[in-house]
Amino acid sequence: MTNKRYAAAALTLLVFTGACHKNKPPVARPTPPPVATSNPTPATPPPTPPEPVRDTTVVPKEPPITEDPIASADLDAINKNSPFQPVFFALDSYEVDGTSQQALTTNAALLKKYPTWVITIEGHCDERGTAEYNLALGEKRALSAKTYLVSLGIPADRLRTVSYGKEFPFDPGHDENAWAKNRRAHFVVTSK
Amino acid sequence: MMKLRLLSTLALASVAALHVQGQQPPATPPASQQPSEVVIKITGLGGPPKIAITPFIALSQDAETVAAAKTIGDVLFDDIDYEREFYLIRKDAIATVPRPSSVDNLDLAPWKELNADGVLVGSVRKDGNAIVVQVKLIQVSSGRTAFGNGYRGPVANPRRYAHTISDELHKQQIGLDGVARTRLTFSSDRDRERMKTTVANRDVQEIYIADYDGANSRRVTTTTTLNITPVWSPDNSIIAYTSFRSGATGGQYSVFRDIVLSYINVGDRKTPANGGPERQNELPVFSPDGSKLLFTSYRDGNPEIYMMNVDGSGVRRMTNSPTVDTTATWSPSGNQIAWVSDRSGNPHIYVMNVDGTGQRLLINEIADRPTWASGQFNEIAYAARTGPGYDIKLYSFTRGGEVTKLTDGIGTNESPAFSPNGRHIAFTSTRNGKTQIFTIDRDGNNLRQITKEGNNKFPNWSQSPR
Repeated sequence: MTNKRYAAAALTLLVFTGACHKNKPPVARPTPPPVATSNPTPATPPPTPPEPVRDTTVVPKEPPITEDPIASADLDAINKNSPFQPVFFALDSYEVDGTSQQALTTNAALLKKYPTWVITIEGHCDERGTAEYNLALGEKRALSAKTYLVSLGIPADRLRTVSYGKEFPFDPGHDENAWAKNRRAHFVVTSK
Repeated sequence: MMKLRLLSTLALASVAALHVQGQQPPATPPASQQPSEVVIKITGLGGPPKIAITPFIALSQDAETVAAAKTIGDVLFDDIDYEREFYLIRKDAIATVPRPSSVDNLDLAPWKELNADGVLVGSVRKDGNAIVVQVKLIQVSSGRTAFGNGYRGPVANPRRYAHTISDELHKQQIGLDGVARTRLTFSSDRDRERMKTTVANRDVQEIYIADYDGANSRRVTTTTTLNITPVWSPDNSIIAYTSFRSGATGGQYSVFRDIVLSYINVGDRKTPANGGPERQNELPVFSPDGSKLLFTSYRDGNPEIYMMNVDGSGVRRMTNSPTVDTTATWSPSGNQIAWVSDRSGNPHIYVMNVDGTGQRLLINEIADRPTWASGQFNEIAYAARTGPGYDIKLYSFTRGGEVTKLTDGIGTNESPAFSPNGRHIAFTSTRNGKTQIFTIDRDGNNLRQITKEGNNKFPNWSQSPR
C-alpha cells in the first residue's frame, strides 16, 4: 500500500518533470557580462531600447577601454615574451655593472606599474664554472639583482630567488656568444 | 659432509646478501670460513699473479642457468680486471684449453703451459627456484685450492654472485676491500622527461643508483623536477640530495632548493633542513659516522656552510663571509672539513676543524667539489680549472701537498667522488659529447665510461658494500 503510493508519487513526479523538460521554451542562457573587446557578440539579444528622450543632455563620451596585453595575458604568455630585461654578468662574477643597473631600473619601473606582481629571479651560469659552485654563483647573481631592485624601492617580499646553476642554459652553444647569454639573472612572473 | 655444511652456512649469508630490496646485508661475510687454516696466496714471479678466469660451467642446460653461468664468468673477469691486482690471461688464450666438466676436475697441464699462477673455475647449477654457484681459485704449481666458496640464491641478477666472489677473493688473497659490490648514485635525464615551467619546458633530472660498473640501474626519485647532488649515507640506507621543490607558500607560488633524505629501503622521505623560498639548502654530505650532515644554506642571506644532525636538530653555522662558501666534505676521520670559498676573489679549497676553527686556504687553484679519500690514502680529489674546462686533480697530504693531475684536458672533468677504498674516483666528463660518468684510478690509469644514456651528473660512490 505505502509502497504503491510512493511508486505512484514517483511516477507522477517523473511525468511532471519530463513534461516540464519537454515544454521548456528555448530561452537564451544568461548573457555573460560584456567584454571590453571591439567585437561584441552579435548573438546576444540587445536589451530593450529605452524610450527616446526628447530633450537631449550632453553625455560625455567615455574614454575607450583598451586591452592591456600584459595584464590580460596569463603567466605563461607573459614569461614566454618576458617584459623584463635579463641581467647579464661577467665570467665568474655576480657584480651588477652599469648595463645591468639600467636593465634593473627598467624592470623596477615595470614592477611599480604592476604592483601586485611577484617575481622569481632565476640565477643562471655558463658551462665554464663547475656544476656545484655554479649553484651558489647563480644564487649570488639572483641575490645581487634582488638587492638592487630593493634599493630602487621594490619590496623584498615581491622578489623570490632561485639558482639553476648551469643546468638550464638558454643557449646550448659552447662559445663566448652562448656563454654570455647564459650568465644571467632571468625574471619570471610567478603571481600577478 | 664438511663441504655440504660449508655450502649451507655460506648459503644463508648469500641469500641474505642477494635479497635485493631487503634489509642491510651483513658486512662482508668472512671469506675464510673454509676448514683450511692456512690461506694459500697465489703469487707471481716478479709481477702480479697471472690467473686464468675460465668460463663458468653450466651444470644444467636450461637457458637460465646457461645465461647465468656466462654472465657470472664475464662479470667476474671485469671485476677482477678493474682492481688491477692480477694479470688476467686473455680470453682467446683461455678458449684454447678444453673446459673441465666440474670445478673438481681440472687438468693443470695446459695452464702450466700458459704460465698461469692460478686458475679460477666456477659452476652454476639449478636447484629448484634457486641456483647454486661454486667457485675455486686453484694454485697451478700445487693443485691446491687457494680460494673456494659456494653460494645459493635467486637466479635474478647473476651479476651479484660475480661481484661477491670478486670482493671475497680480493679480501682473502690480498687483504683488499674491493668495490665490486659498491654502487654509484647520480642524477640523470635519461628518461627524457620534461617539466613544465613558465619559461620553457625543461629537462628534469632524477636520482638513480647503479652498480659500480653502471649495470643494474634503477631510479630513486619520480618527482619530475630537478633532483641533483645525491650522496649515500655510510650504511647505504639513505640517499640525501638537493631537490628543486615548488609549491604555494603563504599564497605565493615559488621554487626553492631543499635537502631531501630518501630512505631507499623503506620508501620514506624527510626534509630535515626545513627549506623554503627564503631558506634554501643544498649539497648535503654525510659525516663518516652517518650522524650528521654538512650542507650549504642561504637562510642567512648568503651561501654558507652549516652542520646539523641527520634529524635536523643541532644546526650550526660553520662559515661567515660575505662571499660564497659551499661544497663541503668531511675528512675520513670526521675531524676536519674541506670546502670551497671565493673569499679571496676566486673559488679555492679551504680546510677547517670540525668545530669551525683553524680555517685556512689549502689549494690555491680555481677549484671545486673537494672529496676526501677514506682508506689508506690521505688525499683530496677536486676539479681544477686547467683551461677552457676542468681536470680532476689529487692533493696528497702524505706527500706534502703534492698535486697530480689525473685527467687529460679532454672535455671538462668535474664532480669527483672517491670509492670507499680510495683507489678509484668517479667523475663527470664531456669528453665524448654529453656529460657522462667515468671512473679513473688514483694513478690516472684505468679510465672507464660508466654511463651512456642521456646526461649523467653528480656521481657519489657508496661507502660500503651492500
